[in-house]
Amino acid sequence: MATAVQSVERENYLNSNYGIKSWLLTSDHKRIAMLYLISITAMFWIGGFFAMLIRLELLTPAGDLVSSDTYNKLFTMHGIIMVFFFLIPSVPAVIGNFVIPLMIGAKDLAFPRINLLSWYIYMAGAITAIVAMVTGGVDTGWTFYTPFSTTYSNTHVIGAAIGIFIAGFSSIFTGLNFIVTIHRMRAPGMTWRRLPLFCWSNYAAALIMVLGTPVVAITLLLVALERAFNIGVFNPQLGGDPLLFQHLFWFYSHPAVYIMILPGMGVISEIIACFSRKRVFGYEFVALASIAIAVLGFLVWAHHMFVAGISVYAALVFSLLSYLVAIPSAVKVFNWTATLYKGSIRYETPMLYAFGFIGLFTVGGLTGVFLASLGIDVHVTDTYFVVAHFHYVMVGGMVMAYMAGLHFWWPKISGRMYPEAWAKLSALLVFVGFNTTFFPQFILGYMGSPRRYHAYPPEFQVLNVLSTAGASILAVGYVLPMIYFLWSLRYGELAPPNPWNAVGLEWMTPSPPPTHNFDETPIVTWEAYDYEHQPQEEVSVGH
Amino acid sequence: MWKNLPLFPERASALAWQVDGLYFLLVAVSAFFTLLIFVLIFVFAVKYRRSVHPHPVQIEGSLPLELAWTLIPLGICMIFFAWGSLIYFQEARPPQGAMEVYVVAKQWMWKFEHETGQREINQLHVPLGRDVKMIMSSQDAIHSFYVPAFRIKADVLPGRYTSTWFHPTKVGTYHLFCAEYCGTDHSGMIGQVIVMEPYAYQAWLSGGGATGSLAENGQQLFQQLGCSTCHRFDTQGRGPNLTNIFGKPVLLDDGRTVVADENYIRESILNPGAKIVSGFKPIMPTFQGQVSEENLMALVAYIKSLSQPASGPASNQAAASVSSNGQ
Amino acid sequence: MATSDIQVAEHALQHHFADMEQQQETSTFGMWMFLLTEIMFFGGLFCAYLVYRASYYQAFVEGSQKMNIWLGATNTAVLICSSLSMALGVRAAQMGKPKLMAILLLITMVFGFGFLGIKGIEYHEHWVHHEFPGPNFHFETGDPAHPATDPQHTQIYFSLYWAMTGLHAFHMIIGIGLVLWIMIAGLMGAFTPSYFTPVENVGLYWHFVDLVWIYLFPLLYLISKKHGG
Repeated sequence: MATAVQSVERENYLNSNYGIKSWLLTSDHKRIAMLYLISITAMFWIGGFFAMLIRLELLTPAGDLVSSDTYNKLFTMHGIIMVFFFLIPSVPAVIGNFVIPLMIGAKDLAFPRINLLSWYIYMAGAITAIVAMVTGGVDTGWTFYTPFSTTYSNTHVIGAAIGIFIAGFSSIFTGLNFIVTIHRMRAPGMTWRRLPLFCWSNYAAALIMVLGTPVVAITLLLVALERAFNIGVFNPQLGGDPLLFQHLFWFYSHPAVYIMILPGMGVISEIIACFSRKRVFGYEFVALASIAIAVLGFLVWAHHMFVAGISVYAALVFSLLSYLVAIPSAVKVFNWTATLYKGSIRYETPMLYAFGFIGLFTVGGLTGVFLASLGIDVHVTDTYFVVAHFHYVMVGGMVMAYMAGLHFWWPKISGRMYPEAWAKLSALLVFVGFNTTFFPQFILGYMGSPRRYHAYPPEFQVLNVLSTAGASILAVGYVLPMIYFLWSLRYGELAPPNPWNAVGLEWMTPSPPPTHNFDETPIVTWEAYDYEHQPQEEVSVGH
Repeated sequence: MWKNLPLFPERASALAWQVDGLYFLLVAVSAFFTLLIFVLIFVFAVKYRRSVHPHPVQIEGSLPLELAWTLIPLGICMIFFAWGSLIYFQEARPPQGAMEVYVVAKQWMWKFEHETGQREINQLHVPLGRDVKMIMSSQDAIHSFYVPAFRIKADVLPGRYTSTWFHPTKVGTYHLFCAEYCGTDHSGMIGQVIVMEPYAYQAWLSGGGATGSLAENGQQLFQQLGCSTCHRFDTQGRGPNLTNIFGKPVLLDDGRTVVADENYIRESILNPGAKIVSGFKPIMPTFQGQVSEENLMALVAYIKSLSQPASGPASNQAAASVSSNGQ
Repeated sequence: MATSDIQVAEHALQHHFADMEQQQETSTFGMWMFLLTEIMFFGGLFCAYLVYRASYYQAFVEGSQKMNIWLGATNTAVLICSSLSMALGVRAAQMGKPKLMAILLLITMVFGFGFLGIKGIEYHEHWVHHEFPGPNFHFETGDPAHPATDPQHTQIYFSLYWAMTGLHAFHMIIGIGLVLWIMIAGLMGAFTPSYFTPVENVGLYWHFVDLVWIYLFPLLYLISKKHGG
């Protein structure tokens, strides 16, 4: 059946031309998004493999599975790959790349060739980092703290730092492209107030990419130079200040957290609105909260340094500002919850992931409030409490949102439906597995188990075993979608243009969209999330 | 408590109660909000499911609600902020008359030296009920001094002193961890803090093989290194007289004033040109690479001892300025 | 003339823009965003510079006294002249005079190379005097009455000096490449009065790189004329 329909399928971005060259030299944002999808999925599995080894090592208190040097390399490479090569590009470069031009009624991003260039830069950075890892690895932690990274580590710090330096430019170019696109490429009638919240949040994240990334780039370049030539900018033996490195590093790397989470929040806004068939509650507040997070996010970096030796008064100011940045995140959570009120709610897989996101992000955000509190932070910083906190935000928040978005837009991307039952199962597995993995780590952290420990005192074992058990469930939860997404490419049902009966320009063009996105430039005359005027027909999917 | 599955760390310092108090409040408030969100989502998702509620009611938003869930969390956060900061201030200000322990951290061990001259590795004996201040420096990478039972942690940096303090309230043996990743054997850079009854501590002190107090060792070094030829105890020396300078402000030749704290003494030994005392010439050679961290600490202890008897308040002031966050 | 002008413009219009105006505004806006990134890129170094200068002022003064102010000032003048010729070049492109534009861009490039040459002389002098950070670094004030007070931090001054001017010189090299590219493109008739956005954007880039030097010169060369000691 499917093949018969396929033969009369109209031309779209997937079948407009064929061959490796047509993909590697494409300037179509949709194809570039697919290039990113393939590359970051590969990086996700490499990083995930390292995570599994870490969890297996921590099954027993003694360091028995791998040597301590290997363990140190494992968590370093897990961090570098997941942060710089998976999370930062995930939603923006894959989903954002694909849907932002569609959402605003543009034919492409503002600079299609720079978009392609940014993928090549990403690949160059990723390959550099992977070469550094394969030829011996790096053991500094993803934070590259000096003087350990510049003087005492015997591993491939320079290679890894250069890899991240290169990948940084990919991020900068993606951010630049988004900002310019959202400013200049909107279809007639698509005013800022009608902009989907996904665009708002990606816009906010793009601001951070453009303003923050160059700082970490130059900082890591200095680390590489210092290591190569022993120039002493961050080396206390030569008069340098290691705290300056931490300031410069966190000036980017804290806002980078918002690069990761903001686009995820955007995904959730779209999905919550669609599956409760309502306009997002307090649209303006949710949109402004994204900008507020981006701005305030630049002013809180030193909360990573409360025990590092900064002055008491600096610590006070950064603690206060850290509380302030929590507020817009809370506003978003409340608004999403309020959107459900008197909605007409359907439990499709993206919605399940979105529920999971709200719950886990709430826990991640609230434990962030613990860490902003100076007295508590002194005790729990650099322990498993912090590890649990940022995994709740990054994995429980961001990866959930990424999965939600992939399921939501998969029909648009591939033109096929994924198998709903399997997808629901995987959403459940991810939720259960995730909590089993990371909730025990909060307890471990408050008990004082330091992070980055290869071996640990025996009283911490039970919770670590629980965590490892959870990780294996989580792994299954991630393998399943990988399989059924691939399966659906060939065997999935053909997707209609708007399988969710959603509002938004991206749903008004065929699935998959033609190369130029729209047959004619759309003119927007309605508000965002105008579910009131969306026909109420009950679209059944796959039945 | 379950013996095999402890879920909460021991409390063995005066501060631990305060940290735990704030922690319990945070847990309670977080649990409340988490439950609130979970319950609301669950109730809405069930009550307004498509099959029973096919027609959504469009609601634009609500300014009062937005204000409420902006301002109420903000207000709650300010309570946390104030309380957390109060605890932090206490952690940052060692009380007067604290017993001092000098700590040198290196890959991958902790070296302690008591004022009375006892040296220990990876073990620290302290008496119950006394304030104990740690003056710490690292020989290589950054380390972090962490005793979960005391709820304290402070990074140990190369090239400067940082400090932290605690007041043990319970006899026992507690974990000491390095909390800042420092290389291969980071997870092996652990030790024990042993809190003893005061009499037992005295017995332990007298049993140790101390060869003179730290300040006495410093005095010997002061002679050996030739410091005493210029830093004389009168006004004739080519360098400043070091009596009673600790904790006092020092006027520099570029017009700035600094307080002569541990970090200033350290810098003046290793990098004498950086801050020249007004009225003196920059003729002092650097001792960079010639004095070990331990010997530096002995010298610092000696120079501090030159100020001790007469100037109690001043040295306390200085002690405050070398707080764990001193700079 | 007018018809070929329109043809060029139509040719230059990329498929995803509605019209030339949108395309032009978009690319100029993109260029400004890029310059914002560049400011932050240099910003990290400026921040490190300011922190260390505030802490180790004397060491920085002694380091800066090793700078050849005359060569530095000459270079400043060279760059200001190059900005002028660049601006005139953009104007020529706007007026549709590709040959004039090419000549002005050539002058800009000559100034650019002049700058790099002079910078090279300075680098060479620092190199032979061991004023390059690292194991071979050696610093003397050259005045026996006033020995170096804090050579360790003077080394940091030189680390930042090499990093900042090196990064700037790297931008100059890229700038010269870009100018060469639009000069050739201009001679081949790529630009018209209605389409010269690339020229404008390269001009923006060139002015930005000049501006960075305008800050670098006083910060690195002119910290204090008074001889410290």
